Amino acid sequence: MSLFNIFNISGSAMTAQSQRLNVVASNLANADSATGPDGKAYRAKQVVFSTTPVGTAGGAGVKVAAVVEDASPMKMVYDPKHPMANEQGYVTLPNVNVVEEMVNMISSSRSYQNNVEVMNTSKSLLLKTLTIGQ
Amino acid sequence: MTSKIDNALQFNQTALGLRAARQELLASNIANADTPNYKARDIDFASALQGALSGSTAKLPLSGTAPQHLGGATGTSVMGTPVMYRNVLQPSADGNTVDMDVERAQFADNALRYEASVNFVSSQVKDVLTALQG
Repeated sequence: MSLFNIFNISGSAMTAQSQRLNVVASNLANADSATGPDGKAYRAKQVVFSTTPVGTAGGAGVKVAAVVEDASPMKMVYDPKHPMANEQGYVTLPNVNVVEEMVNMISSSRSYQNNVEVMNTSKSLLLKTLTIGQ
Repeated sequence: MTSKIDNALQFNQTALGLRAARQELLASNIANADTPNYKARDIDFASALQGALSGSTAKLPLSGTAPQHLGGATGTSVMGTPVMYRNVLQPSADGNTVDMDVERAQFADNALRYEASVNFVSSQVKDVLTALQG
């Protein structure tokens, strides 16, 4: 039954999008974390989406294939008074691009809403199907 | 007698099946709107319905004369109709060809036509009941 499969497809997309939002939240929260448990500055993380087959009729859901660390260079800020400053007086700050993260946040929340819409439509179609012959 | 009722409902039954399958494909497209390199897919509904009603889309199977022969599984198909990739209107940097405007419009259109088919089946059932009860 294809319409039931839509719940799985949209559900997988919603899970993936909320994980992306989760990563965005952690990036934004740590935008100024000069040090972490390993003693190094926080590195921005990004999710990698990949298509995963759902059901037998060719439906395609989404899964988070990996959460990778952003390879862009770390921010170097001159602040000799900072406890984490090196001999030259520079502090390594996270490579979080706040503008990029805000765009990611809006994009993922919009995609999430889209999938909620899809689920609602499928639900009303299924309910309508149940009324056949009544 | 029963086969006549069956025949009368055949058209809308096939149409509903195809609509549901297409709805699933469109949901997959919307779900994968942020997946890199995902290609939006759809079926040609008119030819799919014609093919499903005439039963002409059944493919000739490859004859295997040795256990090592491959089954010759063709690409994904919905009720015998091949699933095709959508033409790209605007190229994107990540190779994704989902155009959310197109997908949402098609999704709403398909949902409406599904409901229409449900109404047709319902009124057909009512007609049969009227004929039976007088």
